[in-house]
Amino acid sequence: MKNFTSAKLKKIISNIFSHSFLLILVLIWIAPLVWILLTSFRGEQGLYSTEIIPKTLTLSNYTRLFTETEIFNFGLWFMNTLIVSICSCIISAFYTLAVAYAMSRARFKMRKPFMNMALIMGLFPGFMSMIAVYYILKGVGLTEGYFILVALVLVYSGSAGLGFYIAKGYFDTIPRAIDEAAIIDGASKWDVFTKITIPLSKPIIVQTVIASFLAPWADFIFAKVIAGSNARYYTVSVGLFEMISRENVNQFFTRFAAGAVLVSIPMVILFLSIQRYYSEGNSGAVKG
Amino acid sequence: MFKKKKTSQFNTPYTIQSAFKKGNRWTKLSFLIMGLGHFSHKQIIKGLIFFTSQVLFLTYMLRFGLYSLSMLPTLGTELTGEKYDAVKGIYIQTFGHNSMLLLLYGLVTIGMIISFFLLWKANVCSAYRTQVLYETTGKVSTFKDDLRRYFDQELHKTLLFLPILSIVVFTVLPLIFMISMAFTNFDRHHQPPGNLFTWTGFETFKELVSFSGELGTTFWNIAGWTIVWAIFATFLNYIFGILLALLINRKATKFKSFWRLGFVLSVAVPQFVTLLVINGLLQDQGALNIILQKLGLLSHGTYLPFLSNGDWARVTVIIVNLWIGIPHTLLIVTGILQNIPKDLYEAASIDGAGPFTTFIKITMPQVLFITAPYLLLQFIGNINNFNVIFLLTGGGPASLEYYKATAGKTDLLVTWLYKLTIQYNDYNIGATIGILVFVLSTIMALVIYRRTGAYKNEEGFQ
Repeated sequence: MKNFTSAKLKKIISNIFSHSFLLILVLIWIAPLVWILLTSFRGEQGLYSTEIIPKTLTLSNYTRLFTETEIFNFGLWFMNTLIVSICSCIISAFYTLAVAYAMSRARFKMRKPFMNMALIMGLFPGFMSMIAVYYILKGVGLTEGYFILVALVLVYSGSAGLGFYIAKGYFDTIPRAIDEAAIIDGASKWDVFTKITIPLSKPIIVQTVIASFLAPWADFIFAKVIAGSNARYYTVSVGLFEMISRENVNQFFTRFAAGAVLVSIPMVILFLSIQRYYSEGNSGAVKG
Repeated sequence: MFKKKKTSQFNTPYTIQSAFKKGNRWTKLSFLIMGLGHFSHKQIIKGLIFFTSQVLFLTYMLRFGLYSLSMLPTLGTELTGEKYDAVKGIYIQTFGHNSMLLLLYGLVTIGMIISFFLLWKANVCSAYRTQVLYETTGKVSTFKDDLRRYFDQELHKTLLFLPILSIVVFTVLPLIFMISMAFTNFDRHHQPPGNLFTWTGFETFKELVSFSGELGTTFWNIAGWTIVWAIFATFLNYIFGILLALLINRKATKFKSFWRLGFVLSVAVPQFVTLLVINGLLQDQGALNIILQKLGLLSHGTYLPFLSNGDWARVTVIIVNLWIGIPHTLLIVTGILQNIPKDLYEAASIDGAGPFTTFIKITMPQVLFITAPYLLLQFIGNINNFNVIFLLTGGGPASLEYYKATAGKTDLLVTWLYKLTIQYNDYNIGATIGILVFVLSTIMALVIYRRTGAYKNEEGFQ
């Protein structure tokens, strides 16, 4: 009896310990996020504040993002990013699925070489070709005016065909017997692809679409190189990054925080909503 | 014997050689004028497609391509300058060659020639195929039949066309463009327009990997730090991530999804936001130092140089990277942990194994087996981890020992590459670094990836 209680006590202590440890860790992980949330409501301007909790709380950082648009037009950037990310996620999803299907189902001479090439090209640092991409886009006149947005779509979706590995692995788990049965019933391979494979691949499609939808919101390097100083065609991230450049940071830091919160909210919602598909996508199409 | 069978798996009877030997007059004429073989069998649309592309290609070559090719070996000879015009009696500006554009156009032309050659081959084979079909069955395929074939047996070609085209334009061509810059002297002193640059062979490589000279020592210093960083960043994140996942997955832990949400939230917020904020927090006058001062841990006016001292900064980026990376590992590992059969643990506990033994003998092997490719990708991703370094320290604190003060103490090879190309216009050095990073990653990848089961038995699933 005595033994039993001491084991129980030990268990309770270790539970208290592990839960408080987790609590401390979560606080560390959340702290920067909370800090930026507080900053976005801070009345006092400036990067540094001697107080951790703001003295005055205000919504003006948010409203000024959309009303004071002479230098930084947040609403416009938001629309730019939305357009770019919608177009690029549609194209990327098509590219990824098309390549993945071809690699999974067709057998042709260039298949293995292509798959090895895709791996090899992924090993070059992406920044290496950035400047070259810029000059190529400039060569065909895609770095002026509205074409900047077209260029961004092309750049973000351009190499999506190389990221087929996860989707291919998923297609590999769909039994070929299903395809063969459909073909015996007179379906063409196109029918198989559009009417069987794609409907069976919802998790992988959601994952691809959302991942490529999120990319333009997070990238600030490519977009900056392509848009240059043309602030009308900035995406949200380039714009926010400009806000806290050395000459602007003191004036705009609280507004940067507000903008960051506005960008993060949809991203968090989308991200949490794909988490479920994420684990499903990695476990295969047909559940035993 | 098995090998021979494998290579002949995709062979067709319709090759260039057999078309040349056994083709009829029209097929043979298709070698010169594309589309003729198809016209002779009344395949008008197909013939027109081939014929027009030949006309377009020849016009391109005559008006533009041949010139581009001829400029490729020198990359331009005429400087931009002023020329005295005797008739008008004034100096007029002449535009010299732009080496960079000449290089780009030359490469594009080579690409055009290669794709035209493939099209030409397809034309000959297709003409021969039509001829054979006509001779054996008396019928030829109509354009509609061909279209249908491209959505059935040949669906993969249709599906791959656009993705591959876009990969060639946005990945392959830029890569080749950049790689060729590594063999030139395209640096800050040779900037077109105005100045020419030219081929220099392996000069930049030699300078970069030599242990003497400012450039060489900088390279080896940064490369060494890059590898140290990649090892720490990968394995610390991995181990701590697994431990955290185990802690959350413990039977006794309450509110599992709440804890998970708390950690994963930081993944969902864009990195440039979180990292810039952390950068603000860790400044000499930043919030963390203020908190430490208020708590009395630091006397007033003193601060900890998290980002301003070279050695401190290196440790700081590794620790902050834990903040970034642990949630990622948590995401990946949680599902795997839940799939490990419970009876394994029960059997182990009956046999008297403690938590440490079960972790080493059951959990780790299972997790490691599934996540080996992920670990490899993480390692290569960390060698190329631009965001964390660039946003957190910007590569700083700057070091005067490094080549022309272009790099700082926490710079990785990729951030140095970025600075050299975007800020300092030393394209040749940047490109060379890119190639060396590629070589480094490839060696790592080939050695590890070829050992994983996923590569060896790809067809195992089907």
